[in-house]
Amino acid sequence: MTATTEPGATALVDKAQYGLAAFLGLAGGYVLYDASTLDRAFNDQPVQPYALPYVVGAALLVLGVLLAVATARGDRPEAEEGEDVDLSQGTDLRTIGLLAAVLVANLLLIDWLGWAITGALLFTGATYTLGSRTWVRNLAIGAALSVGTWYGFYVGLGLPIPAGILDGVL
Amino acid sequence: MDLLLDGFQTALTPENLLFALIGVLLGTAVGVLPGIGPAMALALLLPVTYSVGVDSAIIMFAGIYYGGMYGGSTTSILLNTPGESSSVITAIEGNKMAKSGRAAQALATAAIGSFVAGTIGTVLLWILVPRVADVVVTLGAPSYFAVMVLAFFAVTMVLGSSKLRGFISLFLGLAIALVGTSTGQARLTFGNAQLADGIDVVVVAVGIFAIGEALWVAAHLRRKPLEIIPVGQPWMSRADWKRSWKPWLRGTAFGFPFGALPAGGAEVPTFLSYATEQKLSKHPEEFGKGAIEGVAGPEAANNASAAGTLLPLLTLGLPTTATASIMLVAVQSYGIQPGPQLLDSEPKLVWGLLASLVIANALLLVINLPMAPLWARLLQIPRPQLYAGILFFATLGAYTANFAAFDLLLLVVLGLLGLAMRRFGLPVLPLIVGVILGPAMELQLTQALQISQGDVSTLWSEPVAVVVYAVMGLMLLAMAVGVVRGKKSPVPATTEDAEELVNR
Repeated sequence: MTATTEPGATALVDKAQYGLAAFLGLAGGYVLYDASTLDRAFNDQPVQPYALPYVVGAALLVLGVLLAVATARGDRPEAEEGEDVDLSQGTDLRTIGLLAAVLVANLLLIDWLGWAITGALLFTGATYTLGSRTWVRNLAIGAALSVGTWYGFYVGLGLPIPAGILDGVL
Repeated sequence: MDLLLDGFQTALTPENLLFALIGVLLGTAVGVLPGIGPAMALALLLPVTYSVGVDSAIIMFAGIYYGGMYGGSTTSILLNTPGESSSVITAIEGNKMAKSGRAAQALATAAIGSFVAGTIGTVLLWILVPRVADVVVTLGAPSYFAVMVLAFFAVTMVLGSSKLRGFISLFLGLAIALVGTSTGQARLTFGNAQLADGIDVVVVAVGIFAIGEALWVAAHLRRKPLEIIPVGQPWMSRADWKRSWKPWLRGTAFGFPFGALPAGGAEVPTFLSYATEQKLSKHPEEFGKGAIEGVAGPEAANNASAAGTLLPLLTLGLPTTATASIMLVAVQSYGIQPGPQLLDSEPKLVWGLLASLVIANALLLVINLPMAPLWARLLQIPRPQLYAGILFFATLGAYTANFAAFDLLLLVVLGLLGLAMRRFGLPVLPLIVGVILGPAMELQLTQALQISQGDVSTLWSEPVAVVVYAVMGLMLLAMAVGVVRGKKSPVPATTEDAEELVNR
């Protein structure tokens, strides 16, 4: 059961995996560095605060090296399957980038505009990115969802979501 | 017995019945919907726990868990694409049945088999939970620490094909769990005050399960629609019943113990059940072409293992599936620590949950048999709106944890991590188990060493701990032997079909 992104397997080595290995090395290194900055524990703490970080950091470093070795020896990942996943084509980086941009725009605007507005924009932006062109309808659905969830949380769950510039309107 | 009756009293209040109904309806819906599994659905619903009572929430979550299993089999049979690895067999055999005009029988044997397995599994829980809890209460911190290390080992080594990737995922999770000031000093906070309390598990779960999954699907979205097989009312003839009931029982017998083991999971028992039915069947030639036994057995195994999962969750506080780990997060958010003391301190909650499982199962049978054609319509929902909706609710769920835009930043970062994990074949479960159990493990270690005043030998001073370490040693040995002899697939007969399915 080796599901690969390219069934023809033109390249034998999955070079992107070196990136993951490097990330593990970096993460492990940082965890170790962070552990080295910690002080000794109080007397009632038999487990030093840096004990677990040292173990985790070292393990991440070793795993990064092992992954790099495995990659060089031709080990390839089994990318995850799903009902709507079509692995016969490559990864669509543009869609991911745009979706990430939509999510980041939401987090930048949410304090100012409030969820009732940014939620609707989030939904509309995501549907547009994913290929839907009925954006007026999507905006309507998104607005209904975001205002609906705002009131749902406020009335149903007793959780007032910050309203942003609509404070007093909602 | 009195406790069980009390449990039914808890579960049968109108409010809790309503939550059970909502749970099974939601669960079936998300099970049917492609792209959303029960784990993601629970992650998205975690905000509910901020204001709903704990018994209602857990009853609803259990309904979603069971419902997701029923709905998932509908999708597998009608679409021929397994949503989870545990439904690979159903996708092969059930879809072949559907293509030869027996979709109604496939859906019926899956639903009734799930009901039988779920009911037997629940009764086994009634018997086993109090007994196991009695034993577990006597365990000290050293044993508990050992069991946790075993859980880490087990979820990492048993699941998935690559142990290396399992360990990578586990240690990434443990690293995320380190963030915060739980030991009195700031660890891995990058000097950021907003990280001082650690990363909210809700944000981790939603980011990895929901955002990561949505981004992954978005990057590989199928451009041509899948072929959906139309279906009428599920029903079975007398001959189908005759061929189904034994596989249901055998599937249950495989599923429950595997679910109850730390990291037994649902995949192995479904494969085992399939292989067994093929051997015992009077119609072995039908296997691979749509044999009803090949749907009945594995579906029962799948559901029985879901019930089995609740045994370690309720008695030890150990989650063995992604869905169980989210349920653990939900219970923890009420300040309740599932574990040895749970049955003593919260008998009403535990027995209410155990009673509600039977109710959920009965409800599921009722809503799934007559309404299958209706549920099948959910498969036609347009994908842009579906995945945009997932992103919408994921963002909302993470935001309501603290109403902080900073959490949304963490959410995007963790979502990208979840995406990368799916790209590189890293299993999700070890990471989430690492995040949840990492702090608990450090706590148990601290307690054990505090009692022994720093003497490390206390860690193997209890018999249970020794046994657990021995089991781990055996697992390591088995792994080493496996590496030397080369890996073999558990069920050679089915890998060909699975391969065909995966490579389509």
